[in-house]
Amino acid sequence: MIEVRIHGRGGQGNVVAAYLLATAAINEGWHAQAFPAFGAERRGAPVVAFVRLNHTPIKRRSQVLAPDYLIIQDEALMNVPSITDGLKSGGNILLNAANSRDQYPTENNVDNSNLITLPATHLAQQYLGRPVPNTALLSAFLKLTDLLPHSSLIQSLEERFTGAVLEKNIALIEAAAETIPANLWKQNANA
Amino acid sequence: MLKALEGSQAIAQTVALCRPQVVAAYPITPQTHIVENIAKLVADGKMDCELVSVESEFSAASLVLGAASAGSRTYTASASQGILLMSEVLYNIAGLRVPMVLTCANRAISAPLSIWNDQQDSMAVRDAGWIQLYCADNQEAVDTTIQAYRIAEATELPVMVCMDGFTLTHTLEPIDIPEQDMVDSYLPPFNFKRALDPANPTSVGTLVSPDFYSEARHSHHHALLDAADEIIAADNDWKQLSGRSAGGLLSVDGPDDARIGILTLGSVFGTLSEARDEYTELPPTKLIKLRSYRPFPVDALRHACAGLTELIVLERAISPGYGGIVSAEVQMALSGKPDMPRIHSFAVGLGGRDIPLDIYRKLHAAIKVPEPRAFSIIDVEPEKLPVEDHGIESANTDSNQQRSIS
Repeated sequence: MIEVRIHGRGGQGNVVAAYLLATAAINEGWHAQAFPAFGAERRGAPVVAFVRLNHTPIKRRSQVLAPDYLIIQDEALMNVPSITDGLKSGGNILLNAANSRDQYPTENNVDNSNLITLPATHLAQQYLGRPVPNTALLSAFLKLTDLLPHSSLIQSLEERFTGAVLEKNIALIEAAAETIPANLWKQNANA
Repeated sequence: MLKALEGSQAIAQTVALCRPQVVAAYPITPQTHIVENIAKLVADGKMDCELVSVESEFSAASLVLGAASAGSRTYTASASQGILLMSEVLYNIAGLRVPMVLTCANRAISAPLSIWNDQQDSMAVRDAGWIQLYCADNQEAVDTTIQAYRIAEATELPVMVCMDGFTLTHTLEPIDIPEQDMVDSYLPPFNFKRALDPANPTSVGTLVSPDFYSEARHSHHHALLDAADEIIAADNDWKQLSGRSAGGLLSVDGPDDARIGILTLGSVFGTLSEARDEYTELPPTKLIKLRSYRPFPVDALRHACAGLTELIVLERAISPGYGGIVSAEVQMALSGKPDMPRIHSFAVGLGGRDIPLDIYRKLHAAIKVPEPRAFSIIDVEPEKLPVEDHGIESANTDSNQQRSIS
């Protein structure tokens, strides 16, 4: 089973990111589960969502305590001491940040060889005109892990969005994928 | 076909398949997405019903009571404080023997204010005279919602479908939404024999003197007890059509020779089931999934407990000053049974506290005692308690709380 924990702030599409990833997996024949752990539901507050992907049905309902991957949508959250709690040894972090990974770790003892950054907010501003980094990060995540084809993300976007929002997001995820090396985390995904 | 759906979205689509004529609800976390999705279906012309925005849960319940009394198939949903605000009307709906379906997106009760999941809300209206069915996953919630209409209309009793808030309502997973034809063949149009009719006016809900009140209560109680047969039949017939059972009155999962049982209501079942697969070093364990809490299936429970020496009742609510609500009933149901198991009563996951797989190991450890302990909240963290509230000793190891067994 592959477990992903997504950290972000209210308004960044954290739960939507989890739902999009699980939807893409389910459409590809996986069993998947996505759910939020809401705090106070307001813009800017730190929020967490979880995704599980498996080849057999998933029955557990507990939170993801030992994720294989972290997706962090706001680089300031890297300064929260508990942010990497439970990350499996050899686990990877995808971080929305303007700078390269050499700028990290900050206050966390993150092994930065496990960390990839993507300037997702910048890309989102460019393609969507809004600072919503979630779909760009998902695109990068799929490119890194090769867990699911890029087309599966397009399909799950098509199930949720229409018109200009859909078109702009598709352009965004294409652009995001281009900046990221393929299959860098593939071995971990297959483990 | 399995589709990726959020639990709430699946429930809204399922309610639409049941073709209610009147829906009234007031939004409250974590029920909100159900009502939002119904509103969308109505606005998009995919659901043909009268959707009424009301100013409170009291009005929502009152409105569906009126509509159902006039013969409409109706739906409402709520949670937590909303269920409490409805409570007076809930008793009326049941006492008047008006069939309808309500989804309770189970949530803790204030104070302290919590928006998160436990089952204190539906337990608070346990005695309102509704059928209560608890769902372990979103597929069961979908199938139970459809069955609930059939059960309600056959028994002339309202049905509360209880699904854990957030844990189910906000979880996206693969869910099969049945075809409309299948639901239509299972659920014929509602024909309420006692529907209010201006051509033949009657009064309902009038004053009942002591001459007849006891008889009304007797009849209501027995209608609930008799509903057990319809709950089983509705599930069997649904299984014939869809290939899926939603769990009848209760279901037992585990090896026949297990001596330890854990009784659950709702979604904690899945977590325990995977924990059992993981902690293979622990003794064989049966998981008993109690679906029908009202009517309470005494005979089925006695049968399910055959061969058990230890029964853990996992509570998702508490009765302060007593302890476990379900355990008290289980104890009574099994009393007099010659080989009655020892009953251990633990609450877990109150107000949304995460229930990790490790709880399974903790439960097994907690029952290795000469005498069952008094009820406790097994995942309480004693270091967070003030000293005067047993903050020094763990509630789970406090020898003063040993129960004297008669």
